[in-house]
Amino acid sequence: MNMTTSYQKNQEAEKVPFNRFRYLLNELKPKGKIFTPFNVISVPIMLLGLYIIYIRFTQGIGAVTNLTQDVPWGLWIAFDVVTGVAFAGGAYVLVFMVYILNLKKYKPIVRITVLNGFLAYLFYSGALLLDLGRPLSIINVIIGNNYGVSSVLFLVGWHFLLYMLALLLEFSPAVAEWLHAPKLRKVLSAMTLGAVIFGITLSVLHQSGIGALFLMAKDKIHPLWYNAYMPLMFVVSSVFAGLALIIFEGSISHKVFADQLDKDSHKKHDSIVQGLSKICTLAMFVYLFMTIIIFVHEKNWEYLNTPMGYWYLIEIIGFVMLPMFLFFYSSRNGKMLLIRVAAILTLLGILLNRLNVSMIGFKWDAAVRYVPSWQEVVVTLTIIFIEIWVFRWIVRRMPVLRKSPDWVHESK
Amino acid sequence: MDINRRNFFKIAGLTGVAVATGKQLVASPEKKDDVEFYGILYDSVLCKGCAGCEIDCADANGLEYPEDGPEVGVVRKTNEKQRTVVNAKETSKGVVYVKTQCMHCNEPACGTACLTQAMHKTREGAVIWREDKCMGCRYCMVSCPFDMPKFEYHSTNPVIQKCTMCYELTQQGEEPACVYNCPNGALKYGPRRELLAEARRRIVEHPDEYHDHIYGEHEAGGTGWLYLSPVPFEELGFNTNIQKSSYPALTKGFISSIAPVDILLPALLLGVHEATKQRNHNEEE
Repeated sequence: MNMTTSYQKNQEAEKVPFNRFRYLLNELKPKGKIFTPFNVISVPIMLLGLYIIYIRFTQGIGAVTNLTQDVPWGLWIAFDVVTGVAFAGGAYVLVFMVYILNLKKYKPIVRITVLNGFLAYLFYSGALLLDLGRPLSIINVIIGNNYGVSSVLFLVGWHFLLYMLALLLEFSPAVAEWLHAPKLRKVLSAMTLGAVIFGITLSVLHQSGIGALFLMAKDKIHPLWYNAYMPLMFVVSSVFAGLALIIFEGSISHKVFADQLDKDSHKKHDSIVQGLSKICTLAMFVYLFMTIIIFVHEKNWEYLNTPMGYWYLIEIIGFVMLPMFLFFYSSRNGKMLLIRVAAILTLLGILLNRLNVSMIGFKWDAAVRYVPSWQEVVVTLTIIFIEIWVFRWIVRRMPVLRKSPDWVHESK
Repeated sequence: MDINRRNFFKIAGLTGVAVATGKQLVASPEKKDDVEFYGILYDSVLCKGCAGCEIDCADANGLEYPEDGPEVGVVRKTNEKQRTVVNAKETSKGVVYVKTQCMHCNEPACGTACLTQAMHKTREGAVIWREDKCMGCRYCMVSCPFDMPKFEYHSTNPVIQKCTMCYELTQQGEEPACVYNCPNGALKYGPRRELLAEARRRIVEHPDEYHDHIYGEHEAGGTGWLYLSPVPFEELGFNTNIQKSSYPALTKGFISSIAPVDILLPALLLGVHEATKQRNHNEEE
């Protein structure tokens, strides 16, 4: 009873002063300063990137990349897709904590994390289209009668697509709040739990699926990185990769979007970050333990005293073990700066690991090694920058970091 | 969404059936109209290295003629313009020639990798590529243990080039171009089973001329192309560490775990959600 009346009251209150069309027009205008250092750096790179993309579509992939017949997947897959998806893992881990385990403490950062995840997927699959030789035929995977159901890539593609839908649903109440649409918001937020359950399942499968993609490349990937447990290792590492990205992104967002936040959310955020670093410590410990078991099990001792072996040790000791200890130490002592350092080391470690599996360790013994061209790097940066631009556009407008409008709380 | 005990058992049962029949389908009994896999036996003892097959292959498939020929010390590779190459190798028994092309695996990694069924193992044994289905993701190239699919990087509408065992010609009852034109009888086209018998016969009858191994009999789970050599295959630059079971077997475990996870995990998550919700209520009280 009480709920419906306040809801109606709210509706009436809005009818008079609110003109949705004028409001949206106003929202489309740029907000914030134009000549910021970030804009000055990112705009020229994005323009150059778009030009390179134009060349790619008019002259072929070979015109802008260093890909070869032996190394058919380069930086665009290894960084944008394989690494990017791990970084976006925070969205499924966090909604698991908040909606499945009911850890309400982490609720304030759900929206920004889900938004981050959604945009990451949107732009990384966009990058995937750049890498397809015959991108229009991707329709065969979606509608055709040519389902290659035994293909791991088929699974990954479909789980990608459906997961993007789940993330969009999880985020959609924020869009409804921005549009001042209470009815729509009610419908959309009723679907959140379903989307969360669906999304976590899809995530577990496609995070592991990315590892499984490389199972058939058995003779091509360096034995220190190739093993039958790659799917499992990719899921476990996506947990702390995603959480580390949340910590890293949060430390930047809380500075850049300080106007969106009220006073006590800074303090709360520190406690959230400490909680996340505890989970990171645990997940990294599991990962490290499994790494050691696999290393011993695969009898890889002979490779250790080689250049690739040193490289492997740098990855494991410098970028898994070290950040694990840093997380452990700093989460107990509340050293926020050290937590951020640990998060950055963790992200670099994930980057190293994913590139080692899909690029650096791939055909490591080939006579001519693949090194990405500068155009591939520029296009990758372009994708990241466009994503940040869209991210910023949304955060400045929708209730992502700031609290939902009052009518949302009234209608509860 | 409300799951009670009965529904849960229904879902669990269905999953079980899906998993069980999934396995059964793979091992379904042979149908009477099944065709035997055809293959090609290449005998490098008989090959004189004329590289005529390179020309015939280009003719049959509308490709450019190769500019170079086999030369000792040079390892040529097939590429997006050339589906087969012949290389010369200095070995313990003098110069030996080796032809390379797609191996046409019995269970091809490329075919399993392909998410649009563009890469396709035909009933007759040839592995072919179908232009209208391919989206150019190059996962076949990543997966192939022999690195045989080649991609036209400098085309806006690129195709994958690789030997198709002249599938269209063989459909019309003819032999593949390279086999038909080989002047030295180094190539033989036929049912894979008969080719294996023939290869064994040659090894048994001329034990001093042949190294006692048929490359392709078990490699990668068995291939359509079978190789005979006068010297151990390492000397010819073959990958002899290649696994004897098929490459698609490496992903089978993962693929078959998808359906159970997709069905059971949501139920589990919902259960945990309900359980923790209860706990929170209790705490509040």
